[in-house]
Amino acid sequence: MAGEAAIINTAARASLWLQPHRIVLILIALGLVLSAAFFMRWDWLPQYWEMGLMGIWRALWILAVTCALGFLIAVPVGLAQAAGSIWVAAPAKVFCTIIRGTPLLLQLWLLYYGLGSLFPQYPWIRDSWMWPYLRQAWPYGVLALTLSFAGYEGEVMRGAFAGVPQGQLEAARAFGMSRWKILRRIWLPQAFYRALPTLTGETVLQLKSTPLVATISVIDIFAVAGKVRQDTYLTYEPLLLLALIYMAITGILVLALSRIEARIPVKVG
Amino acid sequence: MLGLLHSLEIAVGATIVGLLIGTCGAYGKLYGGPVVRDLLAVYTTVVRAVPELVLILLLYYAGTDLINQVLTAMGYQRVDISGLVAGIAVLGFCQGAYSTEVMRGAILAIPQGQIEAARAFGMSPGLLLRRITLPAMLPFAIPGLANLWLIATKDTALLAVVGFFELTLATRQAAGVTKAYLIFYLAAGALYLAVTLFSNFLLGRAEKWARRGMPSVKEAR
Repeated sequence: MAGEAAIINTAARASLWLQPHRIVLILIALGLVLSAAFFMRWDWLPQYWEMGLMGIWRALWILAVTCALGFLIAVPVGLAQAAGSIWVAAPAKVFCTIIRGTPLLLQLWLLYYGLGSLFPQYPWIRDSWMWPYLRQAWPYGVLALTLSFAGYEGEVMRGAFAGVPQGQLEAARAFGMSRWKILRRIWLPQAFYRALPTLTGETVLQLKSTPLVATISVIDIFAVAGKVRQDTYLTYEPLLLLALIYMAITGILVLALSRIEARIPVKVG
Repeated sequence: MLGLLHSLEIAVGATIVGLLIGTCGAYGKLYGGPVVRDLLAVYTTVVRAVPELVLILLLYYAGTDLINQVLTAMGYQRVDISGLVAGIAVLGFCQGAYSTEVMRGAILAIPQGQIEAARAFGMSPGLLLRRITLPAMLPFAIPGLANLWLIATKDTALLAVVGFFELTLATRQAAGVTKAYLIFYLAAGALYLAVTLFSNFLLGRAEKWARRGMPSVKEAR
């Protein structure tokens, strides 16, 4: 019964969606795309093809790593704010406020130019095994993006942890679960489900802030587009393609995350 | 300090432009014809899917170039568009997409009866917007718009990339000259943080004012 209704619903929606004015708009959009394809210069594409793919790959890699690490930091930060004593909660709150109150670009430059300029003064850092990494730009980029994601997500996790009904936790305690087990089996999963829709939005925001690492000379897809523009003196074509790439990545990301969202049990709490 | 002033100027300007676009956009999305609605949907989707940095580059260069080309084609002199105006326009364009969505939700949250009552009184659409819709949606819109304002202050930092002289770029130049990188960046961070905290305080007051006479959120639950 419900399935039938859903089928009828989708059919009705499809016929609604393809109204005459939509078709005209789609045709106009196609005309714009085709005229862009024919009248603009795209002969630089084959030359930079590989570099562009590398750039996309690197951007995605940075996105994945920073999101995963940032989430790992965000869980304790959120937990500290939701349940910790004031000695833990206050630093976590300060951390979130500072990260959310300053621009990411400034944090990035602070870490790269500020911190990065301090390190060479100490010989023991120069001699240590970390030096080859500290001389490159990408660790700073990853660190800044991770911290920023952790700051924003820590606030989200705080709300999610606080939103789990008290009865659930009391029931778990009544079962004699240890505190660690409660966190692992009851508290964290439910908080995670609650935070998931926001997490999707945050991940898209994170994707949109990855091009910032190009300003500290990490070669991601944005930097590749910049290089193309410098080499070929073209203004629009690389940027338009770049916008298209980002839109495609965003679309795929949102689709994938909404799939995950659809799989979680709806009845929480 | 001049950098901070520039940053704030741009943030305020961009927020105002964004609010104007947002109000028109929300109205178009709710009451406009099908074509207007679709075009606005494309606008908000595209702007929200593409990184601000890319948009800023695209609009900053493409926008100024386009205006100049149009002007020369029409036989006028080329104008030199100042970075301030271009920055405000670009950021306002980005903000407009976000605030369109915020306003749309806020207008939808107004009890329908209020608007119907105003129509029954024979108010013209302009009067209706000014007297009923805008004041009534304010309490619903302020939290979202407050977020947008904070994002706007932080997005001004991105204009440093296109070479506009605002707080972040000023910091970078000062740090480069004096070699005291860490101190200058920390100071700039403190300035941004102060702006954020101060506006948080003001916006909290504003929200309380807009909510006056309404049941508080806690009681309503």
